[in-house]
Amino acid sequence: MHFARGDRKIFDGVDITIPQGQVTAIMGPSGTGKTTLLRLIGGQLKPDRGQVLVEGQDVHRLSLRELYRLRRRMGMLFQSGALLTDLNVFDNVAFPIRENTRLPESVLRHLVLMKLESVGLRGAWSLQPSELSGGMARRVALARAIALDPLLMMYDEPFTGLDPITKAVIVSLIRRLNDALAMTSIVVSHDVAEANSIADWVYLISDGRVVDQGSPSQLQQDASAWSRQFLEGLPDGPVPFHYPAPDYLDDLMGGGQS
Amino acid sequence: MGAFQRLGQWSLSVLERLGRGHVFLFRTLMALGPLALRPRLLIRELYSVGVLSLLIIVVSGFFVGMVLGYQGYITLVDFGAAEALGTVVALSLVRELGPVVTALLFAGRAGSALTAEIGLMKATEQLSSMEMMAVDPFKRVIAPRFLAGVISLPLLAAIFSAVGVMGGYGIGVGVLGVDAGSYWSQMQANVDLFEDVMNGVIKSMVFGLVAAWIAVFEGYDAPPTSEGVSRATTRTVVHTALAVLALDFILTGLMFGDL
Repeated sequence: MHFARGDRKIFDGVDITIPQGQVTAIMGPSGTGKTTLLRLIGGQLKPDRGQVLVEGQDVHRLSLRELYRLRRRMGMLFQSGALLTDLNVFDNVAFPIRENTRLPESVLRHLVLMKLESVGLRGAWSLQPSELSGGMARRVALARAIALDPLLMMYDEPFTGLDPITKAVIVSLIRRLNDALAMTSIVVSHDVAEANSIADWVYLISDGRVVDQGSPSQLQQDASAWSRQFLEGLPDGPVPFHYPAPDYLDDLMGGGQS
Repeated sequence: MGAFQRLGQWSLSVLERLGRGHVFLFRTLMALGPLALRPRLLIRELYSVGVLSLLIIVVSGFFVGMVLGYQGYITLVDFGAAEALGTVVALSLVRELGPVVTALLFAGRAGSALTAEIGLMKATEQLSSMEMMAVDPFKRVIAPRFLAGVISLPLLAAIFSAVGVMGGYGIGVGVLGVDAGSYWSQMQANVDLFEDVMNGVIKSMVFGLVAAWIAVFEGYDAPPTSEGVSRATTRTVVHTALAVLALDFILTGLMFGDL
């Protein structure tokens, strides 16, 4: 699959298979297009070449109606949570159910409370999004994302900006929900430890290509120099610490151009 | 880059934006149908777009009416035609000032709020999240706000004109001593329901469509940054004002002139 923004290539022949029923982590440095990849899978962006298949359907050949039908079986947790700010926690979680089904309010109430219970926030149903901490907002967004019992769940940087306790909660929720609801999960992240701890399979992407792939243990034993630098968080290596510059001594002695 | 190239690039970007705006309008109009099944969405927006604009419309209409009363009286009294004050005030309001000033106030009060709200929803990924929840933002967010603007503006313009006539009455009859009977009877005799009132209503409907279109489009098209939303909000007010004034000239020519 190929995708570019203007002259800048984001994906240059990326080929990724997401195993059904498992948690797949897609990792790479900031700005490598991980979020873009999720938007391509969700049909919010269109690839320049190639295709994205979900359950055998080419996402970008579907009509708008068919695409929305497919999205009912997809869930996405946005990095910001993206809660609707004019609705409280209960109504946020109820939103996709109300919009896509005709369930009576009594059934809907049970469903919403069950989803909130699964993320540990049943007691917070009446709070407004502005009253939630970052971690709580993300858990509410997670409850909302699984409201329609999706087959495919996508997580966009779910661990960013969270304290260690909340991070651990989200990590365990992703794994538990994936197994309990028999979902397929894609976790896009650059938090190596957290993503490795729950992923069955890992793709490392950089410069528009898949650089490495394997199970977390495989990657730890048999990874390329670039992958090792990324996974171990080394400051220097194939990705140099220094931005290209003229000779340091020349520069200091006034011979350079800076 | 030469000046000619820059002009070409600018022209192309303007044309491209116009094209996007028209595609956006088409998608919005297509999304209006399902709104009939969910009137609550529309009613909520009618409240925030229309009802919450009432205060500024009523106060402005009253002041504009009073100014018209003063200015009209000063001119008319020199010709011994002060009793025609009611006609002057009513025609000025119903034909021109009602629709135009209401549209300008609407852009400043409701249009800018619509743009900021939609722009912020985009910047905070609320619109994207709706799409991923299989909810079309055009049906859920854009269409109700657009239709609320289209419906509200003619009603607000009618209220503006009515309050303005009362303001003119207060000054003309209450302060300057114009005969009350003359004020109303002259108005009744010289203001034509179809030629004057209906043309004013048509104008305000056109302005409502344009103002609501610009407001929701600018919000939806805003870059998802604080600066992008800020610029979009400014553009809504400026573009609506220019569009309304230009359209007013064209519509006036078509309705009352020989264009």
